[in-house]
Amino acid sequence: MGSLLSTENDSATQSPAAFISCSNVVLDFQTRGISQRVLNDLSLRVMSGQIVSLLGPSGCGKSTLLRVIAGLIDADSGRTEIRGQLISKTMPNATRDEISFVFQEPALLPWRTVWHNVMLPLEIRGLSKLNEKRELIEHLLQVVGFKSSDWHKLPSQLSGGMKMRASIARAMSTTPKILLLDEPFAALDDMLRSKLNDLLLAISTEQKCTMLFVTHNIAEAIYLSDEIAVMSHGRIAECLKVPLPFPRESKIRSSSEFAAYYGVVSESLSRCHS
Amino acid sequence: MKSWIRQCGTYTAPVGLFLVFGLVWHLVVQWFDIPKIILPSPLSVINALWVERWILLRASWVTLQAASAGLLCSAVFGSLIAVLFSQSATMRIALYPYVIFLQTVPIVAIAPLLIIWSGYNFRTIVLVAVIISIFPVISNVTSGLLSVNENLRDLFRMQSATRWQMLTKLRIPAAVSQLILGLRISSGLSVIGAIVAEFFVGNSGEYDGLGTIMTARQAQLKTAELMAALMACTALGILLFALVNLMGATVLRRWTRTTGFESEK
Repeated sequence: MGSLLSTENDSATQSPAAFISCSNVVLDFQTRGISQRVLNDLSLRVMSGQIVSLLGPSGCGKSTLLRVIAGLIDADSGRTEIRGQLISKTMPNATRDEISFVFQEPALLPWRTVWHNVMLPLEIRGLSKLNEKRELIEHLLQVVGFKSSDWHKLPSQLSGGMKMRASIARAMSTTPKILLLDEPFAALDDMLRSKLNDLLLAISTEQKCTMLFVTHNIAEAIYLSDEIAVMSHGRIAECLKVPLPFPRESKIRSSSEFAAYYGVVSESLSRCHS
Repeated sequence: MKSWIRQCGTYTAPVGLFLVFGLVWHLVVQWFDIPKIILPSPLSVINALWVERWILLRASWVTLQAASAGLLCSAVFGSLIAVLFSQSATMRIALYPYVIFLQTVPIVAIAPLLIIWSGYNFRTIVLVAVIISIFPVISNVTSGLLSVNENLRDLFRMQSATRWQMLTKLRIPAAVSQLILGLRISSGLSVIGAIVAEFFVGNSGEYDGLGTIMTARQAQLKTAELMAALMACTALGILLFALVNLMGATVLRRWTRTTGFESEK
């Protein structure tokens, strides 16, 4: 099953060029006639297979940037590209199909079972009847930690953590090349958050997809990422390479290198804040 | 044990109050010697209820059919109009004032006009019931269809979902609980609509609903029988409301394993 997932992404991992690139992106929001600059000449490059965390204070434009990259909002100027393909609301379906989004809340349809929620993206694309896709969904549900007896439960019967797991499985059901995550674990407790971080790393290793991860949590950003982009006032203020080796395990969180790097990121954040 | 006592209290308090009210009513009628035409005693109302039970049951059945048919039409046409509104802002802006007109129109005033157009028949009764009960359905379902969670909408947009897929897989299922809430309000209104229409249609003598019985008893100055019919009307309203409530709760429980009414508690 593992090969079934990874083969589709192999070609992507071999490309050395920037996978996601934003150049000079500007976006203003109008609220009651007052214009507010949300993205301010923002530039960012993410290489294929990388996990990049966007860290920054509330309202600095992290989630908006994610939505621009997802093609849900058009920027006023600048270019956003995925493998050279221009991203916009009207981009071709083939490009859109390569991107998946995990929202801050699980956003499951309450009338659909876990299985049918995870199947939904494939159903919309008319692929839900294919046997290989059904095998893929079974595999994904196992990877994220669902027993087969839970597949036919409704979201109201699940805990917050399980809902988020289902949401991650749904995002992976289309075997995306890019996974955008908008503070997915913000509402969960530390234990659960740490477990889901490991799950995300496992999925990233298995599917080799590029991830852009919005968070407020410095430790989470360090643990997950190859790079941390610190955002401030609508632009990337600093890009920090995380010097910790992969694969990462939970015990790394208590290492001195981790603590030292935590200080570096924390300092960078306060610098950008001031 | 405690909950059992509390449950007993829930039932005994209103029933007790009802008995006290009946007693006071009876004593007032006795002491002040009020004529039967003005205010009959509760015992004579109960007697009238017993004597006229078959007439009232038959009339209730007729009115129930009209009110149910009206409610069903409101559910179907109200939902269709709401779907139309959700798909086109122009339609919504153009037609919404007329929908509000349905809500504000004095039904007693237009019932005679509807009789001229549609005749002294069952269809007119249903039509009046629909006019009076369709607004809550349109209003609730439209809001259910339009107020879908933004993340869910984005989820569908990310999959390049068509408008049809968005409607059938997201908006309509999301509006089911709102439809049921709308029907709960409409159920009482449809009974009112049917009875008001029967006041007018019943005059032809070919129709035997509760409204017809009431106008006839009023003309005969049979106040006790009139009050008995009034009680039947109330019972009918409660019955239809309870049926819709039960159906709604069952559907929602199957739909999402929640009744959808929790927020009211």
